[in-house]
Amino acid sequence: MVLTLPGKSRSAARTETTLRIIAPIAVGILVLVGWQFLVSVIGVSDYLLPSPAAIVEEFIEFFPSMVSATLITGWNALLGLIIGSILGILLAAIAAGWRPIDHMSAPVVASLAVIPIVALAPVLNSMFGADSQFGRQAIAGLASFVPVFINTLRGFRQTLPVHRDLMKVYAASSAQIVRTVTLPTAVPFVFTGIRIASSLAVISALVAEYFGGPRGGLGGLISTSAASSAYARAWAYVVASIVLGLVFFLATLALERLATRGRRRS
Amino acid sequence: MTQVPEPQPTDSSATPTRSADAVVVRGVDKTFDTRSGQVQALTAIGLTVSAGEFVSLIGPSGCGKSTLMRLIADLDQPTAGSVTVFGKTASRARLDQDYGIAFQQAGLLPWRTVAANVGLPLELHGATSRDRNARIEELLDMVGLSDFADRYPDQLSGGMQQRVAIARSLAEKPDLLLMDEPFGALDEMTRERMQTELLRICAETGAAVVFVTHSIPEAVYLSDRVVVMSPRPGRIQQIVPMALTRDPEHAEALREDRAFFDGVTAVREALHTGSPVPTGARGVENR
Ligand SMILES: Nc1ncnc2c1ncn2[C@@H]1O[C@H](COP(=O)(O)OP(=O)(O)O)[C@@H](O)[C@H]1O
Ligand SMILES: [Mg+2]
Repeated sequence: MVLTLPGKSRSAARTETTLRIIAPIAVGILVLVGWQFLVSVIGVSDYLLPSPAAIVEEFIEFFPSMVSATLITGWNALLGLIIGSILGILLAAIAAGWRPIDHMSAPVVASLAVIPIVALAPVLNSMFGADSQFGRQAIAGLASFVPVFINTLRGFRQTLPVHRDLMKVYAASSAQIVRTVTLPTAVPFVFTGIRIASSLAVISALVAEYFGGPRGGLGGLISTSAASSAYARAWAYVVASIVLGLVFFLATLALERLATRGRRRS
Repeated sequence: MTQVPEPQPTDSSATPTRSADAVVVRGVDKTFDTRSGQVQALTAIGLTVSAGEFVSLIGPSGCGKSTLMRLIADLDQPTAGSVTVFGKTASRARLDQDYGIAFQQAGLLPWRTVAANVGLPLELHGATSRDRNARIEELLDMVGLSDFADRYPDQLSGGMQQRVAIARSLAEKPDLLLMDEPFGALDEMTRERMQTELLRICAETGAAVVFVTHSIPEAVYLSDRVVVMSPRPGRIQQIVPMALTRDPEHAEALREDRAFFDGVTAVREALHTGSPVPTGARGVENR
């Protein structure tokens, strides 16, 4: 198992990582080449599918606006993610320690999980006024809350019986038990929840912009560009959204790895 | 954070623990309530382990060896009867940290290094980091894992993990050691080395040991007395005293001693009179 020749296993692991990086890049390039081929050789019309080259052109031409739009939407998503995660962790901790709260929160969380949260966007927008970003941040927060809460609560329930016995043997105080066993056991689950929440936060912050409120974010600019038939530009904003989503995903994935280092599951 | 609900360990140096027997179990029954009804795990258990004595519990799977050990450790409470450890209730003895324990599973914390796992009890009980590090080094040396101090448990084999758990159980130099098949995951070579090592540690510290095992030779080699148990319901079949003369200088030679083979025969016969136990009693690790 673990104690194989270190050199051998490391080189095998390196090949695997290289493959994991190269494979999607190869697929991406193939898709782009095929796409460009469809548009420029077969001649699919521009409003159906702009060519990658046209999208790149728009991306470069409107680069400052791309950046500011990404920052606006990214900030809404980030704020929502942070506040939603903090609330999710706190509430899960309370629910784990106190049964009645657990029973009370279960139906609330279940309904939050099934309601499409962006459906709240028009309501929140009219509640907080047309020039406020608050509605979007609240929606991103709600969307982040659910997976963080559910995963954290599960994490708090993963303490192994043998670890519980050990803490009892050592006559550990409940603060010591939480610090030495319960929290470290839950940590990987918390970060898995945050990783799942990060994508949801970006998506919901972006989609919430379709329902009115201040323009300037990625969602708003995608719909404005599409409405004025600037399809290549709309696609360029979509590319920026994908980049934003990836940044969130990779950042939280790195956080998750960092939090579970030394605990490689072999 | 919440405040300490459990009383903290008292200063055990003030209590003359050695004067009392290490463990006294009187008329103990243990019944588990399960969904499919009651399980009678132990009936009418009576056993006294003197201070410094090495007692093994042996018997087929499910005869209640682990349950008895958990009662002594105050991890479960008996349905009837009483358990006394160094003259105190089992619960008082646990709070006073009068025993060290090694479970069947190593039960290491995977997010801590080997050294931090061994030092866990010291850390929880407020030892200074200098004392702690010195003791950790001593313990890791004792179980032959000095080179692995900074590794994580997942990077170790099962047998090495178990040795870490044993080092951890010895961290606070307890007067009583409770060990549930601690060598079950080890290969035969390491196992014999650990057995000899355990005897040396016991001779040095004068600790009493309650040792659960599946292996007759192991029980005979280690023990002053072997408690043979039988299942359904779990009870003590017979207590076989061992007549081996122990000389720490020539501990290994004992394995070829006449008295050793006589002991093996005596325990085997005791096991077979209980229930028609087949040959499975020989060092089988069915966990
Ligand atoms: N927590 C428990 N709940 C229900 N039954 C249990 C529990 N612990 C042990 N038992 C039962 O008690 C009996 C003795 O178990 P155990 O002490 O683990 O045996 P051994 O260690 O000798 O193999 C078994 O029949 C087992 O199923
Ligand atoms: Mg057992």
